[in-house]
Amino acid sequence: MEAFDYAKPSTLNEALQLATEANGGALMLAGGTDVIVQLREGRKSCSLLIDIKAIDEVNEFSCNEDGLTIGSAVPVYLITANEAIRSAFPGLVDAIGLVGGTQIQGRASVGGNLCNSSPAADTIPALIAHQATAVIAGPKGTREVAAEDFCVAPGQNVLEQGEILLSIKVPPQPSNGGAHYLRFIPRNEMDIAVVGVGACIELDESGDNFVSGRIAVGAVAPTPLYVPEAGEALAGQPVNDETIEKACAAAKAAAKPISDMRGSAAQRIHLTGVLTKRAINKAVERARQ
Amino acid sequence: MSKKIHVQTTINGEEIDFLCEPRNSLLEVLRDNLKLTGSKEGCNNGNCGACNVIMDGRLVNACCVLGVEAEGADITTIEGIAEPDCLHPVQQCFLEDAALQCGVCTPGFIVSAKALLDSNPDPSEYDIRYWFAGNLCRCTGYDKIVRAVQHAAERKRETADV
Repeated sequence: MEAFDYAKPSTLNEALQLATEANGGALMLAGGTDVIVQLREGRKSCSLLIDIKAIDEVNEFSCNEDGLTIGSAVPVYLITANEAIRSAFPGLVDAIGLVGGTQIQGRASVGGNLCNSSPAADTIPALIAHQATAVIAGPKGTREVAAEDFCVAPGQNVLEQGEILLSIKVPPQPSNGGAHYLRFIPRNEMDIAVVGVGACIELDESGDNFVSGRIAVGAVAPTPLYVPEAGEALAGQPVNDETIEKACAAAKAAAKPISDMRGSAAQRIHLTGVLTKRAINKAVERARQ
Repeated sequence: MSKKIHVQTTINGEEIDFLCEPRNSLLEVLRDNLKLTGSKEGCNNGNCGACNVIMDGRLVNACCVLGVEAEGADITTIEGIAEPDCLHPVQQCFLEDAALQCGVCTPGFIVSAKALLDSNPDPSEYDIRYWFAGNLCRCTGYDKIVRAVQHAAERKRETADV
């Protein structure tokens, strides 16, 4: 690895100060499972690595009637082991639990997955479907960005020089709501998603009709994709195969995948349809419980 | 080259300190500075698990942790798995059940298996195989490893009941 300096500020203000002074040369370190490897392989470089793990705000998480807040450095094992989060946000935990394997889960954070901004990131389609927002701290104050607007290109996001992702906020889910995330991978675990789909739906009192839906797809575009047309195809419609097919068609139409070593564009478009159907069906099942 | 940082940590129950650059991974420090060469470099990118250690109670890839991050931590490496007078049940079963061939993945698997059994004393085969998602073996085909872990779990439960 090329040499860099290391700092571990104990307050957010200290961290922001260091980030500003580094003048674009700073990278943030939380779990490190992406950044350390990228530094080693020369895909990223920095003059200063700022370890944020001593800052209170990024290590906190809470789940209550106001929703879910996850500090950007919270390791995923804490989220997937939390009973309250598992029962209130199973569709999110589906995605979060897929990040890496046991060893990665001991260090990696959802915030890091978001900031790494891979088009194939597993947590991001689920975050988008759940209407999550990113809370960003910077020299000019705090701002919030919707999850679907966070990534702008493969590996790139809206964080500006001197900014740090503080936390991710997810609004409470409606009582007639259900959600699911699933992905296609060649093996059984680890791997990078060939296609990933996150679906969040709300049913009416009878459970027979959709009130609304949010569908997001990963690994089929330069960034994880929010597909509003798929949700619109569900809104106000009866829960049946025909309605769900329309949502799948919308998701497939929005997908703009490339062909690479993990799959061809044609296979990815096909998978988008299949996984969207499965995600919506599972979300409906959960909503009806 | 940046200034070296003085790190104080606990490894296998012993208070240890070392100097390292920020860019040195924990794996590099263990192997090159501290001569604890039991942890292996298989991939250096968090996929294979040959570098597994337990850090503050969590199973981690030492290649994905910086040496400087070990400050104040409590670390167990493969060198710290055996008791002073006998092998850990996982180690004993790996030997009895021939769960290794070249042995490069083995330190990682043993540390990983110990972490599994510490958190789940009665894992199903499914639990074991999914726990080992981040531990790769090119020689054995995993079957004997899984059986060795099942035997070790049994043996641990037997001695726990005694």
